[in-house]
Amino acid sequence: MRLFSKIARTGIVTEALPDQPENPITLARQIDERARALLGRAVAIREVDAGSCNGCEVEIAGLPGPVYDMERFGLHFVASPRHADLLLVTGPVTRNMAVPLRKTYEATPDPKLVVAVGDCARTCGVFAGSYAVAGPVDTIVPVDVYVDGCPPSPADILRGILTALGRLDPSREGR
Amino acid sequence: MAALLLAAAELVLLMALAPGVVGYTRWVKARLQGRRGAGVLQPYRELRKTFGKSMVIADSASWIFHLAPWVVTASTVAAAALVPVVSVHQPADQLGDLFALMALLILGTVFLALGGLDPGTAFGGMGSSREMTVAALTEPTLAIAVLALALTSGSTSLGAIAGTVLANPANAIGPGHALAFAAFLIAMLAETGRLPIDNPATHLELTMIHEAMILEYSGPYLALLEWAAATKLTLLLVLAANMFAPWGIATAIEPGAVARSVGVILAKLLVLATLLAVLETRVAKLRLFRVPELLAVSFTLALLAATSSFFSR
Repeated sequence: MRLFSKIARTGIVTEALPDQPENPITLARQIDERARALLGRAVAIREVDAGSCNGCEVEIAGLPGPVYDMERFGLHFVASPRHADLLLVTGPVTRNMAVPLRKTYEATPDPKLVVAVGDCARTCGVFAGSYAVAGPVDTIVPVDVYVDGCPPSPADILRGILTALGRLDPSREGR
Repeated sequence: MAALLLAAAELVLLMALAPGVVGYTRWVKARLQGRRGAGVLQPYRELRKTFGKSMVIADSASWIFHLAPWVVTASTVAAAALVPVVSVHQPADQLGDLFALMALLILGTVFLALGGLDPGTAFGGMGSSREMTVAALTEPTLAIAVLALALTSGSTSLGAIAGTVLANPANAIGPGHALAFAAFLIAMLAETGRLPIDNPATHLELTMIHEAMILEYSGPYLALLEWAAATKLTLLLVLAANMFAPWGIATAIEPGAVARSVGVILAKLLVLATLLAVLETRVAKLRLFRVPELLAVSFTLALLAATSSFFSR
């Protein structure tokens, strides 16, 4: 009973998305309208750590929590690329993760989107030039949206995902 | 003829409501976690999307993998057709009763487990083995719990059981019914993959049971399996409502009684789904090796219920 009185006292803590992102979000290529129409407000996300320092993962772990609550946008994480519509890729792609990342992409049924999270996913960051790094994410799989930042905040990651889905254009803004 | 039409309408109602029941449970849970959560209609959007996606099939998958979603869906639909939703008059009673219902449910479970095993992935096999462990303990409990009611009413027909409880309300608070209800609830949670036995929201492969078996499915097959799982949950909730507290169910096939009965079953589902969400907020998931202990308790309760019903006939 103490649990439920605490729940009643705390109430809903979900915050609205801030108007402006802290870091730039880049749409890397034009997204197929058919994919956008199909995915709409029900998107299953598979997170792929391709060699990140886990800074981005800490931020991503905030998404399903009460404050950022990705479920209100119809987004949820899934355990298998076969269930996924969108891959959330972090980190510079290491040599060990290049093949698994490629295989994960191939295991995802069409239509599918890729959002690269963090500076490393775009430029390899401080890991650039390392013998263990195969290259940035777009050398392995096609990327639809980049979310910059080291690490980007959960709100920026959410905006990145919503940009990929075409839900942040003012004309087609959801809720 | 009217009874047949009504039975078909009941089946459609149950199938159409099923994703909504899941969505409502998720919404209540989100609110209890301090989140805004997705709307009640979210599972319908997910189904529409999943039906529209393409499929990726593992190279190692055989025909069993392709057959499993159809058998799971068909057996769940057939089981749903046997359950009295708004009326105690069940034309399907001539086709199947309580035993047919349990056989259909276990048929779906077995094919789901086979579908999980077939592609030969580690997690699929693990999920199947766990599902079979749990199913071997829950199916007899469900059957015996409802059998306790059948003993009092002298018939294994589901409609007749509901009718008898309506005619003798004193039965419903007797020890046979109370024990059977407790046993049924625990077995139902296990059978539908809810907490504390399985976590429907988990993404951790090592802790999942139901989800682990469907990891290899994608697109329309996945949508079929998700819909079947939602239907199974709704079916068992309706069964719990109409076997143990059938008040409000229509005993005559006339528009007024049926309309009232639809309202009553919606209200019952709302109450049961809310209770489910509150329970799932309150309890933690059991360690897998503790699950058989809980299921043994529910089996013992069911056995006591059947014994008590038998001697107090």
